[in-house]
Amino acid sequence: MALSQKTKETLLGPLNANNPVVVQVLGICSALAVTVQLKPALVMGVAVTIIVAMSNVIISLLRNTIPMRIRIIVQLVVVAALVTLVSEVLKAFAYDVAMQLSVYIGLIITNCILMGRLEAFAMTNKVWDSFLDGLGNGLGYAAILIIVAFFRELFGAGTLLGFRVIPESWYVANGGFYENCGMMMMPAMALIIVGGIIWAHRAINKEEK
Amino acid sequence: MNTNSNTYTIVYATVVVIIVAVLLALVSQVLGPRQQANVQLDQQKQILGALKQDISACNDPAALYFSLVKDTLDVNGHPVYVAVIDDEPKFVLKLKGAGLWGGIGGYLALDKDLNTIYGANFNHESETPGLGALIVELPFRQQFEGKHIRNAEGQVVSVAVLKAGTQAEGQEQVDALSGATITSTGVSDMLRTNLAEYADFLNVKRCCGHCSGKCGHHHDGEEGHHHEGCCGHHHEGEPCHHHDAQEITNE
Repeated sequence: MALSQKTKETLLGPLNANNPVVVQVLGICSALAVTVQLKPALVMGVAVTIIVAMSNVIISLLRNTIPMRIRIIVQLVVVAALVTLVSEVLKAFAYDVAMQLSVYIGLIITNCILMGRLEAFAMTNKVWDSFLDGLGNGLGYAAILIIVAFFRELFGAGTLLGFRVIPESWYVANGGFYENCGMMMMPAMALIIVGGIIWAHRAINKEEK
Repeated sequence: MNTNSNTYTIVYATVVVIIVAVLLALVSQVLGPRQQANVQLDQQKQILGALKQDISACNDPAALYFSLVKDTLDVNGHPVYVAVIDDEPKFVLKLKGAGLWGGIGGYLALDKDLNTIYGANFNHESETPGLGALIVELPFRQQFEGKHIRNAEGQVVSVAVLKAGTQAEGQEQVDALSGATITSTGVSDMLRTNLAEYADFLNVKRCCGHCSGKCGHHHDGEEGHHHEGCCGHHHEGEPCHHHDAQEITNE
């Protein structure tokens, strides 16, 4: 399937050049909170992607009927409904993950990426474009979450997705030389990693230009 | 149509809210039983954890749970799960308390003497990963095994969670987690307050400890005689019976 230039721009732009986290600096709060381990970060990324894409579609469908004075409220109701749906489904089918993400699923409602995309894109664009825009932004957000979580879980706990990567025998407790970096467990370190990603991202994009 | 008129706005808002409400109610109804089952399974897994069962390799924790836990008693609204492991009764008490960021909870399994801790399991809502959240890990939980919740006089005094190097007075202690003082204190307080709430159970049972775990069953040769004291009820005006262990048969 050949994608038109505009479609490509809408879908792939948010993954790199217009990334919601590292360029628009949205959704930082949850990026710090759920990235201690890779698994919740993955689930959060998927959940946000689904919710942004779906709410973009719904708002785009309704865009000509929504009364301007209550448009933000209508957007919020749509997002809140979708978030509640996702939360209910997770509790039914992935209980452990739902418990791990606890309040952060509910807080997707307040994720700036959602309202940002609804206001900036879905209110003025066609359904298919809005869907792609939501997908792109969700994936762009997920990508950053996964990178941050990768480093935090690897250096903070020596595991990836729960599997041990750094051998037990390396640890000081077992007579080795290695110790987990406790700092990685703290939200502050996530902010530093996000900062590092923004730095790298800017440096690379500059070279391209 | 004028989408900015007051009437339109009000009708629009009403319709949207009604649609969303119906949708969510429907989903909640459909998924409810499944969610309930998950909550229950989670609780069963935690109780199995307190009973030192390794559930990571277990395909069907619910079956294991029902093979071990024989009965649930109610003590002033607090549950006591009666399990039998290697023919020895164990009593699992439910704990609930507060950590640093949110609630903490857990299960404490006691031996039939209602003094020695057989195993402990803790959970938390939102303690700091790598610090307070370590209360769910084995190294912390295993410290409790074999500790006694009573002092030399037989009073329930709980077990203290203290910084290594400090000495508890009149009670046994385990090491707190470094960097998680408030969560550790929370565990300590949770044990103390919850054990106090189980006082009726712990103190009645003490005089009748031997029939532990045989609730509702008859002793051989004592047809029709129920030991109500075994089921969390008080012996009314009766002196405490002491049954020899030999009297108990495994049914």
